[in-house]
Amino acid sequence: LAMLADSIKAAKKLKNEEQVTWKDIEVGGISTNPGSACQLQTGDWRSRRPTYDFSKCTKCALCQIYCPEGCIEQKEDCYFVADMYYCKGCGICSKECPTKVITMIEEKE
Amino acid sequence: VATRTGMEVSLAVSEAVKLANADVIAAYPITPQTHIVEHLAELVAQGELDAEYIPVESEHSALSACLGSSAAGARTFTATAGQGLELMHEVVYVASAMRLPIVMAVANRAVSSPLSVWGDHSDVMAVRDTGWIQIFVENGQEAIDQTICAFRMGEDRRVLLPVMVHLDGFHLSHMVEPMLFPDQAEVDAFLPPINYPLPLDPAKPVSMGDFAPPIVFTEAKWAQEINLEKSKEVILEVWHKFGERFGRNYKPVESYRCDDCDTLLMTMGSYSETAMMAIDKVREAGKKVGLLHLRLWRPFPYEELRQLAGKAKTIIVLDRAISMGMGGPVASEVRSALYPLEKKPKIVSFIGGLGGRDISPVDFETIINRGMEIAKTGSQREFEIFGVRE
Repeated sequence: LAMLADSIKAAKKLKNEEQVTWKDIEVGGISTNPGSACQLQTGDWRSRRPTYDFSKCTKCALCQIYCPEGCIEQKEDCYFVADMYYCKGCGICSKECPTKVITMIEEKE
Repeated sequence: VATRTGMEVSLAVSEAVKLANADVIAAYPITPQTHIVEHLAELVAQGELDAEYIPVESEHSALSACLGSSAAGARTFTATAGQGLELMHEVVYVASAMRLPIVMAVANRAVSSPLSVWGDHSDVMAVRDTGWIQIFVENGQEAIDQTICAFRMGEDRRVLLPVMVHLDGFHLSHMVEPMLFPDQAEVDAFLPPINYPLPLDPAKPVSMGDFAPPIVFTEAKWAQEINLEKSKEVILEVWHKFGERFGRNYKPVESYRCDDCDTLLMTMGSYSETAMMAIDKVREAGKKVGLLHLRLWRPFPYEELRQLAGKAKTIIVLDRAISMGMGGPVASEVRSALYPLEKKPKIVSFIGGLGGRDISPVDFETIINRGMEIAKTGSQREFEIFGVRE
């Protein structure tokens, strides 16, 4: 894990994609920074976003387990919240939540 | 000391792979496969070659297994032909784009339909644009030599590309020829052990064959193209070193009796030796005709071709495949390579030898004479098919 964390740090120092020239491409397009995909802001695809009513939450963690993006984290107050940098707004967490904590609303920004 | 032995050329290729000390061979006995992988299976089973032999369930899997083993840093070989090459088509592109130095012998054959297992260049032309180094051999000796050279070319750190060694199906692959087999010690001295720069290694994880969005795809392809173009320097260097050690010299384009020639015949593959006999005949009859033999198909040898062919007035190109709806692929590339010259030679395009049909020395004389006639009077067609019954 420490190694992965280092790689992620290294990946974040990589050139901006728009500045990459053909000379920067590693042999065969190999990616030598494992975890560099964490740079990709997949959240900008989103058309709906999750909202939470934590008064109903039992902290069962099903939303975290079902999230296909793996972007739901347990916060210090022990509630589970999606990271909007990565959340694609698929609504699976909302569908699976047994106590209906999560409501999807239209992304308007 | 090299020993001279009579052997089927397919088996000789296997022996060359053994001399090159390949680590992994993945193959599938699709029809039409050759004796190359069959004999390699024997060599591995009998303990004569210390390699992993992976019998897979299709040609697509054969090359896929090769991707994995090459990515792990193993010296990797496979062989295919005709339909088999078509079935692995998707993976052929991947091997070169991932820069994996696999060596693959291809016994060039026709592709269905009608069903044919006989030789021509149709299978090759379908993989023309896949980014592999591609070398056409002329005879059995060259099949051995180029197989050994291919490993050194592909694995060179300045190259790191897969290499196809093309040998004409049946006309070469199934012929018994006398050939010189180099000593193991000599081959070991010529061919250093493989040392792939970024092999799969759990201690140093990398991801291969990544996703490339539009913003970097063009750059990735350009990097691949530049690398393939530059590989020619290394190819020439390897042939030079091979010549120094083994006394047999190879060039991207060979010329035979080309000095002072107005007309050149051009062939690729094993027909070149037959064509030489025809050249001798027509020269005896006082016609100034020479022969060009294209060995290096990719990267395309523009420079060498322009030097050798630039002074000719007519070049008669014999293709062994049709690009349907267009014509001869070799003729078309030769024409385009010579188009920037101020004095452009006329390119006369013939297609022949399809699906294993023989072209004899006498036939080549007919092709030369008809080609010279077309150069003078023109033809109603963009190309002619030699020997077709109308």
